[in-house]
Formats: sequence, C-alpha cells, structure tokens
Amino acid sequence: MTTSEKVGSSIREANAEAIRRILEAEPVLIDVVPASEAIPALQEGMILHAGPPIDWGNMCGPMRGAVAGIAVFEGWATDLAEAERLAESGAFSLNPNHDFGAVGPMTGMTTLSQPVLVVENRASGNHAFCTINEGLGKVMRFGGNDASVLKRLGWLRDTLGPALGVALRAGKGIELKPLVARGLTMGDEMHQRNLGCSSLLLRTLAPDLARTVDDRTALAEMLSFIGSNDQFFLNLAMVLGKAIMDPVCDIESSSVVTAMSRNGTDFGIRVSGLGDEWFTAPVEMPVGLYFPGFSADDANPDMGDSTIVETIGLGGFAMAAAPAVAGFVGVGTPSSAADFTRTMGEITLTQNPEWTIPALDYQGVPTGIDIRLVVETGITPTINTGIAHRKPGIGQVGAGVVRAPLACFELALKALATRLGVG
Amino acid sequence: MSKLVNRVCVGLFLDSVILMQISRSITLLDGVEDAALMIGTPSNLDLLNNSKLLARASLRATGGDLILAIRARDEATAASALAKAEILLERPTVGHTGTTTLRPRTLRSAQDNLPAANLALISVPGDFAAAEARKALRAGLNVMLFSDNVSLSEEVSLKREAVEAGLLVMGPDCGTAIIGGVPLAFANQIPQGAIGIIGASGTGIQEVSSLIAQAGYGVSHALGVGGRDLSDPVGGISTLAALDMLEGDSATRHIVLISKPPSPSVAKRVIDTLAHSEKPCTVCFLGADAPSLPDNVSFARTLKATAELATGRSSKKKRPEFKSIIPHVTTGHQRIHGLFCGGTLSSEAQVVFLDQGVSVASNAPIPGAEAVGSGTSHVLIDLGSDEYTRGRPHPMIDPTVRDEELTKALADSTLAVILLDVVIGFGAHPDPAGTIVRVVEAAGTERPIVVASVTGTDDDPQNRQTQMAKLVDGGIVVAPTNADAATLALSCLVRDD
Amino acid sequence: MNKASDQPKGGAQIKDKTVPQPLLNGPPQVINLGLASFADELTKQGTVVVHVDWSPPARGNVELANLLSKLSE
Repeated sequence: MTTSEKVGSSIREANAEAIRRILEAEPVLIDVVPASEAIPALQEGMILHAGPPIDWGNMCGPMRGAVAGIAVFEGWATDLAEAERLAESGAFSLNPNHDFGAVGPMTGMTTLSQPVLVVENRASGNHAFCTINEGLGKVMRFGGNDASVLKRLGWLRDTLGPALGVALRAGKGIELKPLVARGLTMGDEMHQRNLGCSSLLLRTLAPDLARTVDDRTALAEMLSFIGSNDQFFLNLAMVLGKAIMDPVCDIESSSVVTAMSRNGTDFGIRVSGLGDEWFTAPVEMPVGLYFPGFSADDANPDMGDSTIVETIGLGGFAMAAAPAVAGFVGVGTPSSAADFTRTMGEITLTQNPEWTIPALDYQGVPTGIDIRLVVETGITPTINTGIAHRKPGIGQVGAGVVRAPLACFELALKALATRLGVG
Repeated sequence: MSKLVNRVCVGLFLDSVILMQISRSITLLDGVEDAALMIGTPSNLDLLNNSKLLARASLRATGGDLILAIRARDEATAASALAKAEILLERPTVGHTGTTTLRPRTLRSAQDNLPAANLALISVPGDFAAAEARKALRAGLNVMLFSDNVSLSEEVSLKREAVEAGLLVMGPDCGTAIIGGVPLAFANQIPQGAIGIIGASGTGIQEVSSLIAQAGYGVSHALGVGGRDLSDPVGGISTLAALDMLEGDSATRHIVLISKPPSPSVAKRVIDTLAHSEKPCTVCFLGADAPSLPDNVSFARTLKATAELATGRSSKKKRPEFKSIIPHVTTGHQRIHGLFCGGTLSSEAQVVFLDQGVSVASNAPIPGAEAVGSGTSHVLIDLGSDEYTRGRPHPMIDPTVRDEELTKALADSTLAVILLDVVIGFGAHPDPAGTIVRVVEAAGTERPIVVASVTGTDDDPQNRQTQMAKLVDGGIVVAPTNADAATLALSCLVRDD
Repeated sequence: MNKASDQPKGGAQIKDKTVPQPLLNGPPQVINLGLASFADELTKQGTVVVHVDWSPPARGNVELANLLSKLSE
C-alpha cells in the first residue's frame, strides 16, 4: 500500500471505532451532587465556563455578568463590583467546562457548590456533569446576576439539587437514550425544542420525588419548577452528549468531531484523532426570529456548550423530527425542516439506528461529523440555537440557526494531515 | 474608452453550459463588447486574461468562486450589464430533474441514494475531473469522463486503477456512449442489436452507429475510450478492457473498433487481442492502410465502409434513396471549404479527398493532409477543435460559431462548394438544419453550393428525415453519409478530364 | 449513510468499500456530476439517474483539496 492508502485506511478504521463507541454508549442519569463532589479538581476561585478557553478581557457582556454573579454566589466577593475587580485582576481561574468532564448552556457557569446532574456512560464507565436548568428569563445562563438570580441558585443548591439526588439514588437511574428516542417521535430535536422529553422526564421523576420528599409544599414547588420549564431537558441532552462523546476523544487517526462549543467570542471544535486541542474561529451570528420588541441589534454572539447536542446528531441535525422548530428559528416552512437533516447527512458518517425520525421513514439521525466531509463539501454543521440579549441578565431574545465556522474544520484538517504525516 | 468590470461571487458554482448561456445573453446587450462568466481556476484566469477580460478584483479568485467579467463601451453600460447578469444568476435553472427534492451534493451521498449505480457520468471542469473520477472508481463505479483538459498522466493513472478493479474508464473527452440501448451525453437513439462498438472518437461512433441503424441493424453497446487511449503512453488500456467486456457480453456478436491510426505497437497489441476473439471484428483506422490481420478481422478506412462491413454490406431495409441532382459549379471556381462540428467527420472527409488524389488542408490534418495556410485550396475545418471552443460551447450544442463561419463562407465569392456535417441526437442542438437553412437563405442566390449530410437516426429527437427534408427545402444538397457528402462535393467541381 | 433498519445494533456502521459494478448487464444506473442537461436527457428517456448538485471540493481551495485526497480512503 502507498503511504496515502495506509493513511486512508487507518482513518477509516479509527472512524469505525469512533462510531462504534458513539452508538454503543449507554448514558444513564444516576445522581445529582455538588460540583465539588463530582469534579474533585474544582477549587475555591475556580470558575468553569462554556466554550473554548477565554480570558476575562475577551468575554462578552452576559458571560462577564455571570462570572461576577457566581463569584458573589460562592462568597468570593461581597458584591458584583468587587467580583468584577477581582476578575479583572486575574483572581479567578477561568477554565472550559469541557476540560473537566462538564458542559453548561449559554454562559455555562460551573462552580464548587452548584448541584450538577451526573450521567454515567455504562458502556465505557465515564461520567459527565451539567448544572440544572434555571428556567427562562432573568437567569445566570443569560448573564443575570441580581438577588433573584442568586436566590434561585441557592434554592437549586439547597433544595431541588439534593432532593433530585436522593430520588435518583433510590432508583436504578434513568436511561436517557430511550427518552430521546421517544422525544424524536414527539416533535423534539433536543436543542430548541425539548417539550416532549421534559414532560417524559417529569413523568419519570415525579413518583420518585413524591416518595422521597416529605414536605408537600416543597414537593409542589419542585414539580412546578420542572414542569413549567419547556427546556428543562436541554441540560440533560447536553450532559448525555458529553457522556457519549468523551470516550471518543482520543482515537488515533480519527477525523470525527468530538465537541463543538462557543464562549460568546470564539467557536471551538475538538477532533478525536487530535485529542483535546481546540480549533477555534470567531463565532458567526445566528440568523433567526426575534421575540416581539427585539431585533438583531440586541443579539449576543453565539454562546454555550449546547452544541454538544448537534455533535451527537440532535438539534439542528434532527430538525426533520421537529417541523415546529423550523418556524421558530425562522428557516422557513415546516416541510423544509427535513432538508436540514438531509444536508447534515452529507457531512456525517452514519445514522443512529436508535434515534430515528418517523417523517423520514425512520432514518436515523445523522451521526459522526467527519471534518474531511465538512471541508470537502463546504457544508458546515447547522445549529438550532437560542439568541441571548447582549446585555447581561435580560434573557433570550430570539432563536435561530447558526453555523459552525468552516475555518475550525480547515484548521483541524491541516493539523490532522500533519499529525498523520501527509501535511 | 471601453470599461472593464469584474465581480467575484465567492463560493458560487454553476455548470459551464449555464454560465455560457448567461455570457451569451450579456454579450448580446447593446454596448457590451465582451462578457464571460467562469469559475476562477488558474486556466480560466489565463483565458480571461488572454481575452482582455481579467481585472485585478479577480486575481485571488479560486475554482470555488464565480467571476463575472464584462467589457462595455462605458461605465454605465458595464454596471447595467453586471446587474442583469446577477439577475440571471439568481433565476433557478430551467428544466432540472426533480426540482422539489433536495439533490445530493457529493458522489458519496448520491450513491447512498442509488446503491445500484454502476456508472458515473462526469462533466465537471477539467481541473476537478480526475479527482472525481478517482472517487467514482473507488466507489466501484465505471466512469464516463466527458470532461477534457485532464492530463495524460492522470488518464494513465485512472485507467490503471480501473483495470485493477475490473472497471472501465471511458474518456477523457469522451462525448458519446451507448449502454444497453441508452444514449449517454451526445449519442443517438439506435435500435438494440448485435454490433458492439469501441471508439476513440465520439462523432465516429455517432456516424457508424447511425449508419448501422439506417441499414436496419442495431448496436449492443458503444463504448468511448477517449482520443488518447490508443497512443503509446496510454497503450490502449481502456480499449483492451472494453474488448474484454464485449467479448463476455452475450448480446454482442460483432465487434467494431474505430480510431484514428494508432501507433504501430498499440495497433499490434489490439489486433493480437482481436485475434483471440470468438467474434468477427471490423477495425477502422481512419485513413490508414490495412495492417496484417487475423481471419476474423476486416479492415475499413472510412466510417461508411466500417458500417457496411459490420452489417455485411446488405441493407435489411429497402429505404428510398435520397434523390438529389448533383449540381455543377458554373463559375469556374474550384475551392471547397468544409465546416465540421465532428472532428472525426472532418477526418473522414479528408480521407475521401486524399483517396481521390485531391490535396486538402485542415486545422486538424490527418497524415497526408496539409496544415491550414499552406496554400492548398481545399480547406476542411474542425470547429470542435480547441482554438474554436476555448471559452465557448462546443458547436454541436451551440451553432453560433458554425453559423458565423458559414455566413463568412457564403459571402466568399471565391468558393465553389461549402461542405457541412449536421450532427443530431441527444445533447445536440434541437434544430441544427433550421439554423443552417436560415443562414443560407439570408445569403441570397449568388452563393457557393452547399453540401451536407445528417448524422443521426429518425428516432432521434430532431428526426433525421425531417432534418434532411428541411435542408433540401432550403436549397442544400444532401448526401446519405458524411463520406458520400465529401465525394459529392468533389463531384460538383468541373474537372479537366 | 446506511438505512437504520439494515444495521445490527452496535456494529461498525460505516459502509464498506463498494464492490465494482458490472457495466453491461442492462440499462445503466447513472450518477451524473456536472452538466445538468445530461441528467435531464436521461430522465426524459426513463433511465435511472441521480444528478449531483456538485461544486468544487474545499470551495476551490487547492491546498485543502490536495490534503483531502491524501486523507481519503
């Protein structure tokens, strides 16, 4: 065989292994614990954020607001102004969630005392973590940091988090892949639309919570909190995605994308055969629809670890399952939703036989993004995303479609070629 | 002072025929001197530069970008023409198959849609064609490589890889094939039958297959191998592979091979292979003398003779011969000027002239013919040759170039006879006879005699009988074959006996 | 991509290198890359053809296209 043929076949074999690991994953929600327990490396003054590495100076408004807010929440600063001064001086250690087995939506703040969902991948034994979704409107994931935001975080820490932990530990854990499979038949795509899965999850959790929470008022509050949030399942979709992809992160010669993420400034991808190196480029602006009273002028650049959802074939990749989302994100008629899924088939290696879409005659979601296919076709991953207000703490102002920048994949391709000796 | 504008549309790709159609429309606008729409490959940038259409704005364009280049009499005209071009680019292209379904973007996803595919028909720009052909071979597909400007070394590499896999590469620059009765690219509707054809020439295949059909017989398959296949560097790889396939094909009971004369060593290799065939064969090396042949192989020097030998010289059908009176030139002029869309048809005409002891020149001269400008009076032009098709569609698709040349020739008072081919079939112009008749009628009565033949069949979309009748009605003398047309043209001249 | 129903759960899911297809066993089944008119003509005649909405690889970037061919299977 020529060198090139050897390289080609080693990539092929490596990708087959990557796909095998993705499809054989068994993510199970087993617990909720404080982040300090889940991630021993977390310290005082350490803040995990969404996206590839970024420093305070480059952070967008909402992320700065979140950093300041979480510092106050953890007691590292007495007020927001002091928190900002400390941040400016480099007092906090800022790190990507991804480097610590975690993911977080939008600003993605993860710190010692916050409760995190714990998902175990029973096929490979690894764990992944994500905070609990705060709900809509003025929340820390959109940069909210006032007293109401911190009060809610306190309630999650002291009440809902521990209660969910007790309830989950009392059972055998909740298998998440079947939930997703059912959600796909109910019009969910698990990024901008999680109504089906959120409802199914509540249906599963409610009896366990009812058995383990004695205080009926508290129970009602918890059920109401979860039940009133259509996007509650988003954080579970994200953490199960992380649990699936982490074992894929180190397969020599593989060209499969293992992570996509944004920090409000840069978009980063990781590739299996290139380990934990980030390939970054400036984020693109989402194109979409704005809620009444808002426009593109109000939009924050793209942000969050939630693109892990597209990385496993859901979200924009599964839009064919969610025709209602097409209108919501402004791409056109519901019938055009299927085109997005089909187009993502051009840049993926296979379909997931466990996550199928009825409207496409039960074709599986396009799975295994191959950087070679992205560069060859110029087709970049389509992401269904929420659009945050660029001022901290206002919340979501719209939803739309954003693409991963082609430059990330071109950089990664060159690096892979060099790594394999043909660059 | 004319104004040149360029606009680069980054990431926009459209196929070359559509681009040329738009270029044509823009060039016809009042005040526009020249226009071209091309993707920004290095070879196209050269072309634009040579046509004085390249501006600085386009220098960093790549093959993934589209360049709009317009030279007009002034700034306002150029701007307006540019705007019109952009409108035309946005219009969805007419008549596409399956317009409501999303089409695959790559060979790979196309194959997912059609796992039983066995042939990739590739007509992408030459710079990209070899890579696509390689992908197709690795996907287990045979390849019909219509694209030209594929390098010789790529051709050899592709054909070697194909042979290893038991696949066939037809081409590069393969314009004609027929498989299982299905015409591919520029080909004619031919009844299915027992004669298998291998051709290193597109219009050669078209003429021979059409003559076979006219004689009441049929073709099993016609496989194009590309004009360079029988050269020494390529060594006949595809020809030998095609022979192997036809040998194993039960529908094929006679094998025809058409080519311009190959190198002696390649000719020998091919004929040695034919000697082992269980089927009778007819070999046509255009204009060459018969080499030594095994018993099962007959030899022909012209396309007409090839068809006659393959069909056993007897026509199954009794067709009324197309009656035409041979006109005689009265002006004392002696020059014949030929305008051919088919390269092999111009070669066959040269063979006919030389066989009658008449000197002839061409821009694509066969051995024994002269180059243009050598002073020889009879000139036969191949309008499909590079110098006429650079940046313009092939004359078989778009008769503009031939019509312009024909107009000039009709006005040339020193010419006695104009000789034309008219190639119909799939891919060809919908009414080539009609365009010729319009040009000839516009020339009035004082003009050279015009002689033509029609290559094709009555089952073709244009219908051969209809095309011939149109030509006759338009005052053009029509011969039954291309070879006969050359003979007829010579017969028109007053000879000193 | 393989049809979901064809695949055993958990097995390597990437399509194997395709077996070379015979050319002369009947009417061809064609994948057309390039001039759309060729696909249109074939469709009119009832031939099975898929037309590819093709554009230059790597958006015309020659360096990346070369890397792609070295990394291809």
